[in-house]
Amino acid sequence: MRFLGELAVPLILGGIFTYAIFKKTDVFSAMTKGAKDGLRVIWGIIPALITLLPCIYMLRESGALDVLCRMISPLSSLLGIPSETVPLMLMRPLSGSGALALAGDIIKTSGADSFTGRCAAVMLGSTETTFYVIAVYFGAAGIKNSRHAIPAALIADFTGFVAAVFFTRLFFGF
Amino acid sequence: MVLSLIIAISVLVSIVFAMVNGNLQSLVAAWTQGAGEAVSLCIALCGIICLWSAVIELMRQSGLAEKLSKLLRPVLGRIFPTAAKDRETMEALSQNVSANLLGLGNAATPAGIRAATLMQKLSGQSHASNELCLLVVMNTASIQLLPTTVAALRTSLGAFAPYDILPAVWLTSAASVSAGIFAAKLFEKLSSP
Repeated sequence: MRFLGELAVPLILGGIFTYAIFKKTDVFSAMTKGAKDGLRVIWGIIPALITLLPCIYMLRESGALDVLCRMISPLSSLLGIPSETVPLMLMRPLSGSGALALAGDIIKTSGADSFTGRCAAVMLGSTETTFYVIAVYFGAAGIKNSRHAIPAALIADFTGFVAAVFFTRLFFGF
Repeated sequence: MVLSLIIAISVLVSIVFAMVNGNLQSLVAAWTQGAGEAVSLCIALCGIICLWSAVIELMRQSGLAEKLSKLLRPVLGRIFPTAAKDRETMEALSQNVSANLLGLGNAATPAGIRAATLMQKLSGQSHASNELCLLVVMNTASIQLLPTTVAALRTSLGAFAPYDILPAVWLTSAASVSAGIFAAKLFEKLSSP
């Protein structure tokens, strides 16, 4: 399975470029346009990160983050979730850049290839900014009564977090 | 709104904790350091995110994204039986799911919104229909083949093989989406006796 992870990107890239050549796509102009879109994405998240990352640094430096993690750790250790990732779980449904900032901080302090660092990465990659998505879709369709969408979405998020820990343990043998 | 509250509270809580622990000076240093780190992080991510964004645009322009969307239609028809009756809704729906799968966030949202409005028109109700709730749940539980931002983050922070988490991400997403669909279907049954 670990092997599949290493093989996935070369395989996907091979497929994409073969298909593009086969369809006579202008590869260069498509890619430069895409890269330009990427620049816009980065440009868009800089202000949010500049606002959010200092807060995380403050929380850690003051010792408040430690206290929060220690308070939650009896509960999270019951499910085998590393307590450092709990703030990420709370932030994930609310803000995409907030979650990115937190995950970056966790990965940096715990190590990119550590159990905690990998858990944070899997959590970030397999979930979405739930409340933002709900606001956009129901707002666009003009709906005030969202019925069971929010509880169902939060159940999906929570399952994702627990599954992230489970699969990280399974694949990387921690 | 919630985010604004979180920001304000974290600053205030940090100040109180730092006062108690007597490290107000290093608190301010950490605060300003965070802003610098934010910019460094963006610079570190920039190249990789743009590269993946380039590959994703290539998938769109070559027609690979469209092809995937056609392949998904029969599967989605089983999950969304009402929407399946209308060709236009089904088209928007499969575009939304395939764009999400490929990490085409910019294409997924407009297609999803089109699917949402069409579905709501089909249902003729003022509150969210069962299938609309399901669509939103599927969009909040990310199903991504290439989690490019995470891969970029791991690359920039020195992971030995940044993409080795892909299978774990796929299975985790699958678990989360299944749980979401299951929960949505269960709530449907509970709300309509």
